[in-house]
Amino acid sequence: MEGLFEGASLVAIMAGVLALAGGLLGARRARGRSTGQTSTPMHEVASDAPAAAPVAPDPEAEPEAEAEPAGVTGRLARTRNLLTSALAELVGAGLDDAAWERLEEGLIAADVGVQATTAVVADVRRLAREGGVRDVDGVRRLLRDALVAELSSGERALRRRDGDGPTVWFVTGVNGAGKTTTIGKLASREVAAGRHVVLAAADTFRAAAAEQLGIWAERTGAELVRGEEGADPASVAYAGVDAALASGADLLIVDTAGRLQNRRELMDELGKVGRVLAKRAGGIDETLLVLDGTVGQNGIAQAEAFHDAVEISGVAITKLDGSSRGGVVVAVQRQLGIPVKLVGLGEGIEDLEDFDPVTYVDGLLED
Amino acid sequence: MFDALQQRLSGALDGLRGRGRLEPAAVDATLSDIRLALLEADVNIAVVRGIVERLRERLVGADPAPGLDPRQHVIRAVDAELRAALGGDHVALDLAGRAPAVIVLAGLQGAGKTTVAGKLARHLASKGRRPVLVACDLQRPAAVEQLRIVAAGAGVAVHAPFTEGDPVPVAREAVTGATLAGHDTVIIDTAGRLHVDDELLRQARAIVDVAHEHGGTARTLFVIDAMVGQEAAAVARSFADVVGLDGVILSKLDGDARGGAALSVREVTGAPILFASVGERVEDLEAFHPDRMASRILGMGDVLTFIERAEQAQDAEAARDAEQALLDGTFGLDDLLEQLQAVKRMGPLSGVIGMLPGMGGAAAPDVDDRQLVRTEAIIRSMTPAERRDPRVLNGRRRRRIAAGSGTTVPEINRLVKQFEQMQQLMRQAAAAGRGGRGGKGGKGGKKSGKGRKGAQRAAMQAQAAALGGLGGPGAAGAVPGAAPGRGLGGFAGLSAPGQPPRPRGTGDR
Repeated sequence: MEGLFEGASLVAIMAGVLALAGGLLGARRARGRSTGQTSTPMHEVASDAPAAAPVAPDPEAEPEAEAEPAGVTGRLARTRNLLTSALAELVGAGLDDAAWERLEEGLIAADVGVQATTAVVADVRRLAREGGVRDVDGVRRLLRDALVAELSSGERALRRRDGDGPTVWFVTGVNGAGKTTTIGKLASREVAAGRHVVLAAADTFRAAAAEQLGIWAERTGAELVRGEEGADPASVAYAGVDAALASGADLLIVDTAGRLQNRRELMDELGKVGRVLAKRAGGIDETLLVLDGTVGQNGIAQAEAFHDAVEISGVAITKLDGSSRGGVVVAVQRQLGIPVKLVGLGEGIEDLEDFDPVTYVDGLLED
Repeated sequence: MFDALQQRLSGALDGLRGRGRLEPAAVDATLSDIRLALLEADVNIAVVRGIVERLRERLVGADPAPGLDPRQHVIRAVDAELRAALGGDHVALDLAGRAPAVIVLAGLQGAGKTTVAGKLARHLASKGRRPVLVACDLQRPAAVEQLRIVAAGAGVAVHAPFTEGDPVPVAREAVTGATLAGHDTVIIDTAGRLHVDDELLRQARAIVDVAHEHGGTARTLFVIDAMVGQEAAAVARSFADVVGLDGVILSKLDGDARGGAALSVREVTGAPILFASVGERVEDLEAFHPDRMASRILGMGDVLTFIERAEQAQDAEAARDAEQALLDGTFGLDDLLEQLQAVKRMGPLSGVIGMLPGMGGAAAPDVDDRQLVRTEAIIRSMTPAERRDPRVLNGRRRRRIAAGSGTTVPEINRLVKQFEQMQQLMRQAAAAGRGGRGGKGGKGGKKSGKGRKGAQRAAMQAQAAALGGLGGPGAAGAVPGAAPGRGLGGFAGLSAPGQPPRPRGTGDR
């Protein structure tokens, strides 16, 4: 601590100077997007919940659970224990404060975050009180419904266009999130569905990034467009559109370099690539943010910053085949209204699923 | 999000104000807020529990050290606890022993192992070692090609005979052939793998066993992304149990994640964190500093790095003079100009500001280096008299300055207004720091040990004022020096060994 405060006077001055220099004194906080103040009330969101989610007395008897492949439900297997034991404790302890705190801890352990957790559990607690719900199953159901409701607003399907050139998907995210792998999986799916796909390697920064995407193109039968290493990424995106138009492709997916969201110049670069792409292609149909499923609360900052730069229309959450729950998507949806559209479940070409709130939440809460 | 926490924390800390001994209820309230701060920083919930318990034991019934009020005592205790939990002092990578020294890098997918491999190789080469990079990620498309390019960029050799197959024989070949090939250090890059993938964990173990086969130095380093959340603890435990860990490298620390994962990993495995990877260039590898990390996790920013850079940017004498000028009320725009120039030498503004508490991540204001340049231009277009006393700036003068500096009158108005605000903040804070008895006249006040503390407190309050003023919405224009406690991030009420103000040198401005 001593070292921390040496030169304190220096810091004082510099800080004041910085404030002035940055034009900060008296200025409003630049990121107008507040965190955690845009939640919609429980009942409103609940009405958006998919109609196909009947509230059955016994979760195990629900048809969805049985029909579910090993996918999300099967692999979301670990820290649920914290939640379920918390749920049991709830009733055992007569739904007292400590028990509800344990429930909160279960959600926090899933990376849902303090703020979103507090809000959701407060709602559930109120509903339980109002509805006179005192059994484990009842509380679990309320929690499940609350979480499903949080995750259900917004479109779920990847946007496509009808004519007017190829559909354009723009893929963004921080370093190592899984962008290129996700694109490979998407390409595989789309080619299998009979579409002609072009992949543009607009990550011109990372060593062998274009080679990596090239291998996916080869594996899936998609067409690859790349530039030289160090080339301007916007020009590769542009060339991607050209190629897609020339070959009459149905779909263009543009890969970008991973970048940390606090790097202003890199976010500006991303914005520029997006603008060039949109202009050449007459718009971008889907701008995906790839979020690493293991990420903690920084995922929210990522979503905010990327949304600021390029207007994210959907999230792909990856690496959920590990033990992380990816709970940060709850906050991302709550605070920014950005829906999760895809779930990555491994490095294999098939390991991609459409996001389904019910499946996701069931996996979270199941025994 | 963080501001709400700061307010909570400052509330709890207020409860401790003016009390002598630390009572359990007050301590509990504070600990509750610290718990939240740690959770928001992604420290694993079980790890948080342990730390909070240890803190409670330290704090309840304790008498604050003389000269410290209870809040300061608490914050010191928290910082000390976290630093200890992160390993205390910096630990260096120890490669002593029989050559070749074999380093295996292991971790989850996307952690940054390959990038780190290159950085480590370059770092060790700069220390006189002769490393070779070994491509044992035979899984991810183009991983081997990536390592080749990384090796070239680092100026080191690479051993990459295959792009698929079993990595274990590749590792063995590299280790046994290293000495003959003229290498005393072997750095093995492996494929990212899940901690729940037993088969791949066993494979990693097999590679580590190969590293130990030659009977010489072998180290397994776990690379983990600073932004990982709650599962960092479970991931580290699995790797430690199955693969064995000798050290940890924290990656992407140039991001703005608070980095609680570091604490979780250290608590759970006891393995020292050796390096921080702080950028995409091959030089971007730093020694890991537990004290800086503690500060960052608590949301206190990286003030040490800030101070380091600030000190490099100007000498201590100039800084003290400036501080004295502030306290005396003679800090003029020419002093500001000097400071601005020093700030420019600290690096890109957004990076520098990000080091201050509460200024990182989502709270980071949109600062622009160009703004700094414009401010400088404005000041330069002023006469010395105008700089000394901006109150003489009438409309005609302002128009002249605008024309001369290529700016606009509104900008000048804003600068002057903000400058006055800043002066006032600083002066009030300094006054508060001196026991609320008039802040002017900075010649050391009380000449006892207390005087030194008073000066320190003044400095810290000034800082708190300045930083608190930047702290977020609703703080604009406020005088945080008067509002007690912006919590951890605002440094409010903290005391520190600072530098007592020196009498002003001769030579008036």
